[in-house]
Amino acid sequence: MVASQKAKKQVSRLPEMTQASQEGKRRKLAYKQLVNKKKPKPRYVRNFITAFVVGGAIAVVGQFVLNFFMSRGLDLNAATAPTLAVVILIGVIATGLGIYDELGEFAGAGAAVPITGFANTIVAAAMDFKHEGWVLGMASKMFIIAGPVIVYGIISGVVVAFIKFMISP
Amino acid sequence: MTGKAWCVVAAKKVGRSTIKFTNSPIIVGTGTIVGPVEGKGPLASDFDVVLPDHAYGERSPERSETKILEQAAKIAIERAKVEKKMVDYYIAGDLLNQIVSASYSARQLAIPYLGVYGACATSAVGLTLAGMIIDGGFADYVLVASSSHYQTAERQYRYPIEVNCQHKPTAQYTVTGAGAALLASSGSGPKVTGATIGTVIDLGLKDVNDMGSAMAPAAADTLLTHFSDTGHSTRDYDLILTGDLASVGSEMLKELVKDDGVELGDNYRDCGLMLFDTKSQKVGAGGSGCACSAVVTFGHVLKEMEKGVYKRVLLIATGALMSPLCCQQGESIPGVAHAVVIEA
Repeated sequence: MVASQKAKKQVSRLPEMTQASQEGKRRKLAYKQLVNKKKPKPRYVRNFITAFVVGGAIAVVGQFVLNFFMSRGLDLNAATAPTLAVVILIGVIATGLGIYDELGEFAGAGAAVPITGFANTIVAAAMDFKHEGWVLGMASKMFIIAGPVIVYGIISGVVVAFIKFMISP
Repeated sequence: MTGKAWCVVAAKKVGRSTIKFTNSPIIVGTGTIVGPVEGKGPLASDFDVVLPDHAYGERSPERSETKILEQAAKIAIERAKVEKKMVDYYIAGDLLNQIVSASYSARQLAIPYLGVYGACATSAVGLTLAGMIIDGGFADYVLVASSSHYQTAERQYRYPIEVNCQHKPTAQYTVTGAGAALLASSGSGPKVTGATIGTVIDLGLKDVNDMGSAMAPAAADTLLTHFSDTGHSTRDYDLILTGDLASVGSEMLKELVKDDGVELGDNYRDCGLMLFDTKSQKVGAGGSGCACSAVVTFGHVLKEMEKGVYKRVLLIATGALMSPLCCQQGESIPGVAHAVVIEA
């Protein structure tokens, strides 16, 4: 309390300085507004459409794989795991061939949200950090982007499961 | 008052932060190497080497950048027809932590070395320091070089190379390449006649995908300081060249200096926009990186000066002095710009 009063007094003794800092703040604000006005905006409509189409196409591929496994005698629950494995493998191979980052540039969330995008983040990191060795490089850094997805995915899973447990009879 | 007293002592300093060389150092040799994307751009024929890929036969992007820088330096020495041991100092820098590309290239070159960091303004930092050293009579030959590499920059500042992500239209593409220039106390070639050392300016922008806007205030400050120190105006230069403001940043610069009565017209260009065909090449707002201003100036502009297209060029190399770590902590992006005057 005493300290803050002292500080207030010091500030009031330096009106020029506060004026200068206010001027600086005004300049910053004005520049920020100028930048926001002038800078090119992302093409939202185009991005929505490509994300929808590409994301949907990846899901259609997944559906074909799922139908294939079900036609060979697996039920829906049993067919899910091998379907995911196949789709992940496709994402991994596309990453290794340098296709998936191009797809991401084109489709944004349409490529990032499906499980192939998740696989891509892990493989891309693994490929990159391979230069720093198998243990301290690749293995420790491969979850550098996927890590937060896993952490918050598990946490939100636990929270939702707990809520369901509490409200179900 | 004290400013005036200083001016009496520092005879080569003009105004706030401008230097006028009396024995202007001469650029006697240059070496430029660019990567595959730059090699498809409109200036490709001006560069000494265009690489077919980013790797340059090395097993990691960092090693590749080191090799690019080292080779560019060797070409500059070769072109000047000077023995390596005659080169007094090697001043170099790049974008990586601990400026490893510069230091590792210096390990190979075995020339007494000063590592400098000015982010993407490193080329102008090098030219200014080399000019001071030569004009001061401390050396006859100083080699200046800087490099950047798309893949090493992505790894350090952004995401792993193959990660899927959609770049914002304001984002810039880091130039793969290196530019080197050998400055000498005597010889023939374009001269570095002056320099204005920039002040770090930060107007509080935090978007790391929009470096151009973050650096534009620094470029504006350096340009206006240069004009007020020297009494020059835009008409005194055939070409005013910014380092890597790209399309967004150069628009901001024009807006910023307009308030002070400076109109940037046809003689203003930006290296990041010259290096690529921004319409057909996927480089976002344009090029960036230490190599951007270095390869365009040493490769393209100096050749044009030899042809007589430009007589007097003002290069304002711009740099964003942030680190990914500080930006994640919520810090804004400080910008800096250093100006160098090159005359034919």
